[in-house]
Amino acid sequence: MSHAPVIQVHELKKSFGRVDAVCGLNMSVAPNRITAFLGLNGAGKSTTIKMLLGMIAPSSGEGTVLGRRLGDPAESVDMRKYVAYVSEQQHLYDYMTVEQMIRFTKSFHPGWHGEIEQKLLRTYELPLNRKVGALSKGMRRKLALLLAFARKPELLILDEPSDSLDPIGIEQLLESMVAQCSEGTSIFFSSHQIAEVERVADDVCVIHKGRLVMNGSLDDLRQSYRQIDLVFNAVPDEVEFRLPGVERISTQGHQMRIFASGNSEAVVERARAFYASSIDVAPIGLREIFLERVKEN
Amino acid sequence: MFFRLNSTNGQPLYLQLMQQIRHAAETGALQDGDQLPGIRTLAERLVVSPNTVAKAYSELEHEGLLELRHGSGAFLIISRRSRALTNRVQVARKKVEGLVEELRESGLLNEEIRRLFETALVLPA
Repeated sequence: MSHAPVIQVHELKKSFGRVDAVCGLNMSVAPNRITAFLGLNGAGKSTTIKMLLGMIAPSSGEGTVLGRRLGDPAESVDMRKYVAYVSEQQHLYDYMTVEQMIRFTKSFHPGWHGEIEQKLLRTYELPLNRKVGALSKGMRRKLALLLAFARKPELLILDEPSDSLDPIGIEQLLESMVAQCSEGTSIFFSSHQIAEVERVADDVCVIHKGRLVMNGSLDDLRQSYRQIDLVFNAVPDEVEFRLPGVERISTQGHQMRIFASGNSEAVVERARAFYASSIDVAPIGLREIFLERVKEN
Repeated sequence: MFFRLNSTNGQPLYLQLMQQIRHAAETGALQDGDQLPGIRTLAERLVVSPNTVAKAYSELEHEGLLELRHGSGAFLIISRRSRALTNRVQVARKKVEGLVEELRESGLLNEEIRRLFETALVLPA
């Protein structure tokens, strides 16, 4: 099993006219893991994904996907044999039936997995004889997911995969992602549904205004981020709490609230040294961490 | 075996899984020689990354509570050492229960007691 990153980009940039959609992105995605790509609308998620897939050319910067260089046409074609992709503007043939669409896609992929196809057809309850053009948005998304999953690619890139799916559809999607990862597929998916990210992702990359503002494993985030609420008779100067890991301090009357990305033990010790009358340490969910990171940038 | 993972309580999911398996071994919900579901099966059932289950299993194997047999899953090993640990945990539980009762009698509410515990646990050992 290779330990080389499945995606690696360095100072990647993309401008549309005078607008910088992605401005100097540095990012590395580990293999055999489920990595979530989080960001607000317009943060540069889809532009990044399109550059990774060679659908648009970067304005500058470099990168590799499965070791193939971005921007090299031959390597890009080779890379796409091992990468499957699902997006909102999925290209499907509206005049084909579901069955024809599956058969058509299958013919391009010698490593097609019939058992996955059959299993997902049953789970997603896709109508084989209906024309693709007559499918609902949710059904269309499920068909696109089936076509990607049944290829059992080395890398699966999903752009907002849960959009237009109902709660049951989302649950089935997450289960398929877990199953596929168990078989050795690396998964990179963009989302703004933090609750689903928190459940299945191993790693999180947060992009904001075209730059990476956070990159790490969810386990580490869970263990290190804490909100510490302190009460003092005489509130010390905030400077006393500007320790490594302290991201934000707010003071209100006798209370002080500290948002720390680590090192909360040192904050608690400092608080004791200043005779805090109450010390309250609470974990911070991914939603708050995400909002905090996005706000401060 | 039933598990309940909480993705927002500030604790890595693999640690929650480890604790719940240990707890099941302590209470007798899981017994010596019992088999746990395979990594993939459990990951799909809990809808968590297979890496979470793999990490929990491999850490528990390291602790000697699980034996991973290739292709046939994970088996509980409740040795004398882990029984000794079970006894220690039971003694500790009694102490904690006593302390909590004392604190309640002094007028503290559950939430206040929980915060005191959480804060005390943050301090370096």
